[in-house]
Amino acid sequence: MIETSPTSTFLDANELVINMGPQHPSTHGVLRVILKLDGEKILGTECVIGYLHRGVEKIAENRTYMQFAPYVDRMDYVAAVSNGLGYCEAVEKLMAIEVPPRAKYVRTVLTELNRITSHLLWLGTHALDIGAITPLFYCFREREEILKIFENYCGARLTTHAFRIGGLQYETYNGFEEQVRAVCDTFPGRLDEYEMLLTNNRIWLERTKSVGILKADEAIDFGVTGPVLRASGVKWDIRKAMPYAAYEEMDFDIPTGENGDTYDRYLVRMEEMRQSLRIARQGVDRLPAGPIIGKVPKVIKPPVGEVYHSIEAPKGELGYYIVSDGSTQPYRVRVRPPSFVNLQALDRMVRGLLIADVVAVIGTIDIVLGEVDR
Amino acid sequence: MPFSFPPSIEPFVLPALYIVILVAVFPLIAGYIVLLERKVMADIQVRLGPMRVGPHGLLQPIADAVKLLIKEDIIPAKADRMVFWLAPVISVVTALVALSLVPFSKYFFVADTNVGLLFLLSITSVGILGIILGGWSSNSHYPLLGALRSTAQLVSYEVALGFALIGGLMVAGTLSMQQMVHAQLEQQMWFIFYQPVAFVIYFIAALAETNRTPFDMPEAESEIVAGYHTEYSGFRFALYFLAEYANMVVVSSIAVTLFLGGWLRPFPNVRLLDFLNYAPILAMFVLAFFVFLGASRERRPIDKMGLAGLGAVCALIGLLFLVPAVLDWVQGLFWFVLKVFLVLYTFIWIRFTVPRYRYDQLMRIGWRWLIPLAMANVIVTAIVMILF
Repeated sequence: MIETSPTSTFLDANELVINMGPQHPSTHGVLRVILKLDGEKILGTECVIGYLHRGVEKIAENRTYMQFAPYVDRMDYVAAVSNGLGYCEAVEKLMAIEVPPRAKYVRTVLTELNRITSHLLWLGTHALDIGAITPLFYCFREREEILKIFENYCGARLTTHAFRIGGLQYETYNGFEEQVRAVCDTFPGRLDEYEMLLTNNRIWLERTKSVGILKADEAIDFGVTGPVLRASGVKWDIRKAMPYAAYEEMDFDIPTGENGDTYDRYLVRMEEMRQSLRIARQGVDRLPAGPIIGKVPKVIKPPVGEVYHSIEAPKGELGYYIVSDGSTQPYRVRVRPPSFVNLQALDRMVRGLLIADVVAVIGTIDIVLGEVDR
Repeated sequence: MPFSFPPSIEPFVLPALYIVILVAVFPLIAGYIVLLERKVMADIQVRLGPMRVGPHGLLQPIADAVKLLIKEDIIPAKADRMVFWLAPVISVVTALVALSLVPFSKYFFVADTNVGLLFLLSITSVGILGIILGGWSSNSHYPLLGALRSTAQLVSYEVALGFALIGGLMVAGTLSMQQMVHAQLEQQMWFIFYQPVAFVIYFIAALAETNRTPFDMPEAESEIVAGYHTEYSGFRFALYFLAEYANMVVVSSIAVTLFLGGWLRPFPNVRLLDFLNYAPILAMFVLAFFVFLGASRERRPIDKMGLAGLGAVCALIGLLFLVPAVLDWVQGLFWFVLKVFLVLYTFIWIRFTVPRYRYDQLMRIGWRWLIPLAMANVIVTAIVMILF
């Protein structure tokens, strides 16, 4: 339908309102964006979410703490390990359980590998949206190697449920360290390959530079976190600011951008993958011996109280706010999903750009609808 | 000949036969170009591509065609039925008509007029109508956007394309497609060496004309779904598809004819390289060898037999080429098809290597770079030709 604004005379070009999604190839799931267009120029957008709402937070109130753990994997299904880590650490914080160092290290290694798989999926789909079809398949080739490590470790590839409250369920398998090292050895070369295809490609530069700019102060105002925030030049990473798991003992850098455009976000994520490799390698090199699970009671019954714990998920700050009434089931669980918060900046970023840029910006925010809607 | 046609219709017999061959065979060839594209894509993307239908997916184009033909024919309720029906027909008819001007070899061509290239350009311009009308008659947003983009893109790139061709035409001194090839034979040089700039501009503009990456705006699937043919399905969609690939063949053919020596073999005037005349025979036997090799690796007996049969056909054709008359007839066709496929391969290669330009960037490249450059090329060519 063509809508005419009330002030339009017959000389005005009519504004065009079109629906992008929920079944659009590049809204990364079931996001629906209503675009108000002048020709191809974006006058405004409105995001409609909820097509993947499953009531995860409500489900938590009817499950025991242990039972709820697999559900969190289904939020950001691309980075299930991070989700599990955040939840387990939140409950551990609530119950003051001390996690043994070996468990902390294995958690760190797996979470960093998961960050790489998440970024690889982002890179592949982002490049696909911008029209480079081929990198997707290269990314999936490398992602496969990491998913094999997950599969060998816990039997699942995507929704891993890798951790337990208090530590780990499984000891690492034979060859775990070698396999992680093999990934660390081969992957940097592959990353260079992607960069060769994209980083200095004229078309890629034209499509990403100065597109979807988000200034540092705006980013902070929107509450944006993760690579999107860091690309705007704000050096904020929870792994450094409020270290959890074994990050305190790891040596790594936080890459930041300057302009906050799509290209900077691309560079930041590419560098983050390299840093993740560094962390994973340090993790397996220094992997301490010892127990893999701390002193956890048979029945998990946290004391009355509340806790907020956040981690640096691949997409940004992933926080869990858990209220306990002293029973075996949480009274309330609230998740602060990075995708949901980051998505709010979309309108700010695409206003005045063209349709093709909306696709690029949605890709660069790196959303997962399972997490946006929960 | 055992009988002869009356003189009044005699000049039309051979062209009519060629027309029938082209119309009947071209859809199949287009199908196999699609298969080639998918196989090349798969190779670039570290996977196998179609492997299920027939050995190495060799029957995939036929399966695709059957699927498209037996699909339900859907016309959107609010579409302009008449125009919706007409649009793909315009596209495909103009594309096939354009093929009639292509000189496949010294003997194999439908028509050769003294305005050949001009006619080709005008007929491909009419083809744009099919895209515009298709997008407009769908009465839907994404096709409309796609059609608008196409119009702007094709119109602006046609200018650069035309100017690039003028550069080549000035060297050739003729508009007739056959005469162009003869001119290259006489001047003993492919025109790409006289007009490298024109060729590059032509190639880029041709990518845009045929909606190929990095200029595939009209059907950028990640932005506007499928562009102008979003609402088309089944047979009508197949027609658009056919037209698109026919257009690709046409623009490649123009490039080959004007810049790459048409149906001439490389170095046609060098006696020392006369053995190249036997290349078609060799090519068929090498092809047969590889097909037999493939057959020996197949597990299922039916695949084995199919491939072996194909190999036998290739070998037989190779034997047939040993007859001098046949070889002479096939000679030009072989080199022409080879060159066209090399150009097509480059199209495909580019598609899977680079990202897509944005709409405004595409227009900027067209108007700010290609058109001035093509104009400058024409002027420089003119000055050089006057001076020397």
